[in-house]
Amino acid sequence: MGDHVPGPALGFTQQPESGAPRRGVAVEVSGLTRQFGAAAALCAVDLAVAPGEFVALLGPSGSGKTTLLRILAGLDFPDSGVVRIGGRDVASVPARQRGVGFVFQHYALFRHMNVFDNVAFGLRMLPRARRPSQAAIRERVRRLLALVQIPELERRYPGQISGGQQQRVALARALAIEPPLLLLDEPFGALDAQVRKGLRRWLRALHDQLGITSLFVTHDQDEAMEMADRIAVMRDGRVAQFDTPAAVLARPADPFVAGFLGDANRLECAVAGGMARFALPGLSPLPAPGVPDGPGLAFARPVEVLASPAGSNGRVVTVRPDARGLRVVVAVGPAELEAVAASDWPAPQRGAACGVQVVSAQVFAA
Amino acid sequence: MSVAIRPAVAEAPWVRRFVIGAAVLSLALLLLLPLLAVFTEALRRGLAPALAAIVEPDALAAVRLTLLVAAIAVPVNTLGGIAAAWAISKFDFPGRRVLVTLIELPFSVSPVISGLVWVLLFGSQGWFGPWLEARDVRIVFALPGLVLATLFVTFPFVARTLLPLMQEQGRAEEEAAATLGASGLQTFRHVTLPNIKWALLAGVLLCNARAMGEFGAVAVVSGHIRGETNTMPLHVEILYNEYQFVGAFAVAALLALLALVTLLAKGALEWLTGRRQGVETP
Amino acid sequence: MSTAGIAGLSPAAVPAGRRRAWPRSALPGLRPTLGLTLLWLSLLVLLPLTGLLLRPWEIGLDGVWRVVTEPRALAALRLSFGAAILAALIDLPLGLLVAWALVRYRFPGRRLLDAMVDLPFALPTAVAGLALVALYAPNGWLGAPLSAIGVQVAYSRAGVVMALIFVGLPFVVRTLEPVLLDLPGEAEEAAATLGATRLQTLRHVVLPAVAPALLTGFSLAFARAVGEYGSVIFIAGNTPMVSEIAPLVIVTRLEQYDYAGAAAIGLTMLACSFLLLLLLNLFGRRLRPRTA
Repeated sequence: MGDHVPGPALGFTQQPESGAPRRGVAVEVSGLTRQFGAAAALCAVDLAVAPGEFVALLGPSGSGKTTLLRILAGLDFPDSGVVRIGGRDVASVPARQRGVGFVFQHYALFRHMNVFDNVAFGLRMLPRARRPSQAAIRERVRRLLALVQIPELERRYPGQISGGQQQRVALARALAIEPPLLLLDEPFGALDAQVRKGLRRWLRALHDQLGITSLFVTHDQDEAMEMADRIAVMRDGRVAQFDTPAAVLARPADPFVAGFLGDANRLECAVAGGMARFALPGLSPLPAPGVPDGPGLAFARPVEVLASPAGSNGRVVTVRPDARGLRVVVAVGPAELEAVAASDWPAPQRGAACGVQVVSAQVFAA
Repeated sequence: MSVAIRPAVAEAPWVRRFVIGAAVLSLALLLLLPLLAVFTEALRRGLAPALAAIVEPDALAAVRLTLLVAAIAVPVNTLGGIAAAWAISKFDFPGRRVLVTLIELPFSVSPVISGLVWVLLFGSQGWFGPWLEARDVRIVFALPGLVLATLFVTFPFVARTLLPLMQEQGRAEEEAAATLGASGLQTFRHVTLPNIKWALLAGVLLCNARAMGEFGAVAVVSGHIRGETNTMPLHVEILYNEYQFVGAFAVAALLALLALVTLLAKGALEWLTGRRQGVETP
Repeated sequence: MSTAGIAGLSPAAVPAGRRRAWPRSALPGLRPTLGLTLLWLSLLVLLPLTGLLLRPWEIGLDGVWRVVTEPRALAALRLSFGAAILAALIDLPLGLLVAWALVRYRFPGRRLLDAMVDLPFALPTAVAGLALVALYAPNGWLGAPLSAIGVQVAYSRAGVVMALIFVGLPFVVRTLEPVLLDLPGEAEEAAATLGATRLQTLRHVVLPAVAPALLTGFSLAFARAVGEYGSVIFIAGNTPMVSEIAPLVIVTRLEQYDYAGAAAIGLTMLACSFLLLLLLNLFGRRLRPRTA
């Protein structure tokens, strides 16, 4: 559903009378700390997002990503640290003056207003001098509803439309105030798998069309990989790594990122002279350039672990057909590893002995 | 012959009939019969004497005073109740639970004590009594005392009806309004108020019913000056003590009508919103 | 809107570890509404209650003791508390019966019955008192047949209890209703599949589940009844030492301008009922099923 974005963009993004075209702004966060009681939700977080960038805040629940988003919107406040939006320190700017678009996880639509009134809300709250005329508001709301592809729902109430449609209303409502920065808290969290996939591509296309700087929170790595220009991987209130999806995947900054992305197998090893020797039996050593000697941790994604009929250091536990071949779980010594079956091994049997080799892995000092 | 199978979690039909019968009977005896008695006694000698007792000058003065007291007390407690419910449900601050307990405190204070506390402050031997007397200001045995006593007993009603609803509704919609540029008053008017209006109306109705019907608290501060400090419930007592039974029951019937209208309106609101409004129960 | 801020960011711009004494909020209006709330609460509730708390001690501790233990006051206190407890106890089975019928069964007139439960909340107490007299006076609707068999309700302690049953009943019903409604039917079905009879299920599954609500209902009915005035004084007859309730003793003391004495009895009433409610609350915590 909804993969294409209709031709004309939002008219107002090119309105010359409002000064320079309002595209995305830069967002910088430095030393941001937030405590909830004794627990630290954010711990000296630094992040610099370029104008027009689409950034994912990715991490397990409780890693502080929603707190960061709420602080950017002015819905929560840091204990220390600076937030700059468009170069301006917003510490003393209340949420209602930040002009930041926020899409809530459960949408927070006004339940007593219909879709039209929900979207028009931000415009109607403007001071009289800056408030557009009724006709202009109607015009803009219609254009927004067309943009999010639900023009027919104008008169419906939030309780009468589906989750995906509510999501679009929430987005249109946030876009109505022409925010230079759009924040989305788990935008697809409450939707079922089929709907999310379509919406992902649509939202990314919409972002490219509008050019608004966007940050979204997610715990789904596929979602982050597919949509974001850069991903901030968060853990325990810190940004563990902030880089492009390809770089985060290829060069994880630390064992946490390596383990969190791609459901990697975690293998203990000993590093000596730039070689990592695995503790599990029968696995060949791998080069580990630049890793200091001593105990190490290696992370190998399932596609990097190969099971083949040649050899006997492992045993097949389960076999699962996958679009790209056969995924197997193999027991090696005391451990169970996610692996793929070698292409020349068409029918591995449960319980069969096999050879297991780690083809490549990310190695860190433990 | 077939055996009727009943669900495992249902009682036998005769038990069911017995329980329903007993419930209906006890409510009828306990609640309906007294109500019926009031109207019957009021109309014992026909409609004319009952009406005459209501339009008699002292009775009319009592009606006017009752309306005046409610017209002052209800808006004050409505405003306070809204402010309290907003502050407690939309913000985190230390001592919120204590605040809720204190707001509900008047519910567990005897009506007589609710009047007594004002006499202790403003009576002739009260803390501020001599000072007020020297300046010829009357609070107790005058309108201000009646208003204060009524304010005390009706204090928690609006806050009590709004709080659970507003806490359940959470803050997300208000936060959304804030990110969209709405001010505090705009947020309350356009977002919060529409969500709570029926509960608010129910709270105001209940507050009003109690304000107009309060007896014990106002009895203590009234001084029972006919035509001056007599509210309708107090007028009922005076008439009864003077053995003017028809008059007493006629005014009582008027008050009972007020109660019935309140219950009816509350029932309509519940039907409208599909939600039961708390009265005094948690 | 410029990006000049990137260069302008210096460590000095970071405020050093600001402690939050008062949490900030995104929503406006905490200060005015909380201020208004505190003003409203202080002027209308806390200030007057301070008087009640402090005035009795003008006559000293032994003075208070004398006032409270004076036979007439003592008898009145005993009656107020005893009748309130008795009435609340009678309200329990009655309330359970009514709540059960309202929640579990569908029958014609159910909604009317449901609406009627709130009557004692809405009916002015003086009206209720008058109505009870009309019913239970020796020549009243129920009083006449009752006195024929030698039972006198009006102008006696029985009348006091009767009035207190009336004012307390809705508290029990309204507390039980939501609990009965939320009771998972599956637990009862499970009991049935395990071979329990209906009576055993009620005894071992339903009753423990509603026990905390019963206790709460009892507490609320008691709290309301112990201070009740309007509905009682008409029917009680108010004979000193026999059917005079504590609030009436307060009124009498006030009429004699004995403020300290009135306050002493008022404070005693409040203290005793809070103590009892606290005990009930503590007991209720032990009844409640352990949850996370």
